[in-house]
Amino acid sequence: MGEALLMYLKVILVGGSICMIAQLIVIKTKITPARILVIFLMVGAILGGFGLYNYVVEWAGAGATLPILGFGNSLANGAITAVKTDGLFGALSGGLIAASAGVAVSIGLSYLISFFVSSRTKKD
Amino acid sequence: MDKQARNEKYLAYVEKKSPKAGWFTSLFHAFVMGATICCLGQMFSDIIKSFYPMMDLLTLGAWINIIVIALTILLTAFGCFDRLAKYGGAGTFIPISGFANSIASCAIEFKKEGLVFGVGAKMFYVAGPVLVNGVAYSLIVGIVYFIISLF
Repeated sequence: MGEALLMYLKVILVGGSICMIAQLIVIKTKITPARILVIFLMVGAILGGFGLYNYVVEWAGAGATLPILGFGNSLANGAITAVKTDGLFGALSGGLIAASAGVAVSIGLSYLISFFVSSRTKKD
Repeated sequence: MDKQARNEKYLAYVEKKSPKAGWFTSLFHAFVMGATICCLGQMFSDIIKSFYPMMDLLTLGAWINIIVIALTILLTAFGCFDRLAKYGGAGTFIPISGFANSIASCAIEFKKEGLVFGVGAKMFYVAGPVLVNGVAYSLIVGIVYFIISLF
């Protein structure tokens, strides 16, 4: 039980801190959210490329995989593992394969709901 | 009125209209929202792990992402995600939920422009840069790693 509680503390610490840093950048520099997403993705891909981010994932679980850093890491990681099995073809296909499930679900489900939901004007 | 005076007036207007919640509060909100989403993900991961103890970390991570993405898109469809995003700021868009919400909300928003150039094209208005950059980085990492592995 104590171990599980400690894990959740790590998740809160890492996940919360990453979001807080992003918020600090938003406040201080007025960089648009889309740019910050790309910057964080790049940082994740770089850390993943050097194999450093996997240590964070092992330490903090979902606190490290859920932020967009984890997305960049899984892209880089996918490419690296695919190179080990498929060589050059793996280098080309690995990243997209690693990201495919999440991206496909995002696109498919969004497409589906766009049939049922229409935009409405915001009340506030 | 010349251009500069107008610009200054507009900037003052923007300053007046932009949210005034002190930056310490908004940092705290971002921390809370980010931590909550990540805890939710960790909870799902623990649940999945209790059913499939053999699942490896990568697949598990992908499943958590899928669950959070699906939940986010459903919340967006019901129109509740806006309020969360307003509260959480970066806490809602830095986790994968921001990526999913940007796709879903653009799909809904541009529905009236048709299925091909509305939903199909504008869906990626925010998510497109993320995908393009992500795929490009993964290619770079893969090719560099391949070249290194040759020696």
